[in-house]
Amino acid sequence: METSGALRRWFEERFDFAPLREFLDHKVVPVHSATPLYYLGGITLFLFFIQVSTGLLLLLYYRPTPDEAFESVKYITTRVPFGWLIRSIHSWSANLMVFTAFLHMFSTYFLRAYRKPRELTWMTGVVLLGLLLCFGFSGYLLPWNTLAFFATKVGTEVAGSMPGIGHYLLLVLRGGEEVTGATLTRFFAFHVAILPAALLVFLGLHLLLIQQLGMSMPLKVERELEQQGEKPRVLRFFPNFFLRELMAWYAGLAVLGVLAALYPWDLGTRADPFASAPAGIRPEWYFLAQFQTLKMIPGSVLGLNGELLGVFAFTAAGLFWFVVPLLDRPSRESRYSIVFPAIGVFAVAYLVTFSILGYVK
Amino acid sequence: MCARAASQVPGNPEKRAGNGGSGNGPPSPERRRLATALLGTGLISTIVAFLYPVARYLMPVMQEESMTAVTAAKVSELKLNSGRIFKFGSRPGLLVRTSGGTWKAFLAVCPHLNCTVQYRSETQQIWCACHNGTFDLNGQVISGPPPKPLEEFEVNVRGDEVIVSRSRRA
Repeated sequence: METSGALRRWFEERFDFAPLREFLDHKVVPVHSATPLYYLGGITLFLFFIQVSTGLLLLLYYRPTPDEAFESVKYITTRVPFGWLIRSIHSWSANLMVFTAFLHMFSTYFLRAYRKPRELTWMTGVVLLGLLLCFGFSGYLLPWNTLAFFATKVGTEVAGSMPGIGHYLLLVLRGGEEVTGATLTRFFAFHVAILPAALLVFLGLHLLLIQQLGMSMPLKVERELEQQGEKPRVLRFFPNFFLRELMAWYAGLAVLGVLAALYPWDLGTRADPFASAPAGIRPEWYFLAQFQTLKMIPGSVLGLNGELLGVFAFTAAGLFWFVVPLLDRPSRESRYSIVFPAIGVFAVAYLVTFSILGYVK
Repeated sequence: MCARAASQVPGNPEKRAGNGGSGNGPPSPERRRLATALLGTGLISTIVAFLYPVARYLMPVMQEESMTAVTAAKVSELKLNSGRIFKFGSRPGLLVRTSGGTWKAFLAVCPHLNCTVQYRSETQQIWCACHNGTFDLNGQVISGPPPKPLEEFEVNVRGDEVIVSRSRRA
């Protein structure tokens, strides 16, 4: 006890912890029926930590060349002690992270937590989700298996059909006209260096904004409290909320452990650029809705290229989603409106329906 | 950390009364100690459960060195009083043809700090350039920091081929 006290004093004489302690003493989390939704962002962050640590471990054995990539992943899963577990955790955690990020985003959306003054928190969050999807897309190719190879071909082709910059984008992504070893090198660089650097910046901003602005309260609860003239019920962030969040992380870890151990991630067969695409090629589940939409759009709609129209619609929807806090004027003025929740319900219904269609068809 | 954090919050954690907790003041020290012990045990078990697979994963898979014999050179390739490096499995070997015409072979790895040694015809010794260690043609240390002799191989000449194998003495 005395040693820890002396150690604390030693540090305190060299670094002023008072502002941090002051901040933690005053940081609170509102308590209401939707409080559990606050855990979703934290769980996503926790899964991101898992991704970083397992990713670093995989880097010790992975070799990013077309001749060695598949073999090195096979080596990890069959020869290295616990290699199968590390890889399985990395793959499962990536999927769970995208899932919890979506849940976090929609809970934020439906609670209208993006309203003034939290527009920038929302926007950095949308960028973060985009980066997570890029992580998923780039990481999918790295084992250099058949499924990943064709999914990358299709995915980069879709990006290549964007008006204007499409062909340039395709060349930049693939490192040439075709998906080759150059693509693998690039995707590896995106996955382990460029995307992490970008993510760190936006994650830093996102967390900073959350600390500065505090947790948002649902519009309904805020109005009720105002009408009753009451102060909101709050929970101290540290240690009360933090320890509860820790328990949520523990639960997340248990789910992850069970999935990774009982359902090890499949490696598939080695990619052959000169083989025909096998039946049942489809992307990761979080791209299924877009994949299915592009499949269902006819080649030509009112004289316009169907695929182009689809890509244009996705881009427009993404932009709309990014600026939604600026468009949702009623919630900015603390008024309730049916329009934006309805748009949210439509978005969820579309994503769920088309993902299921993409999965079963 | 959990234990310390928990001890800072006696009783009801919420600022406004009436939600959760025992409702009868702070818990007894025995209950607090039990909770701390349970939390601590859980945390330590989790950390161990994580560190063990990671520690095992970090250890590279050792490849069995199956190399027993190798053709190091052709007789015609080496003049008297000269030496050359050859591959012995994944490690370098040193083949020497002495001025008297005898063949000598060693593992060319200096026992000091793993540098690859070389034959110097002017001194007729084996020399390590990294820390100036010298060995005689039996692999014994003459000078410098190497703590033990070089590992010697067995050499057999079959026709024009010089076959080097792991010495039965080693």
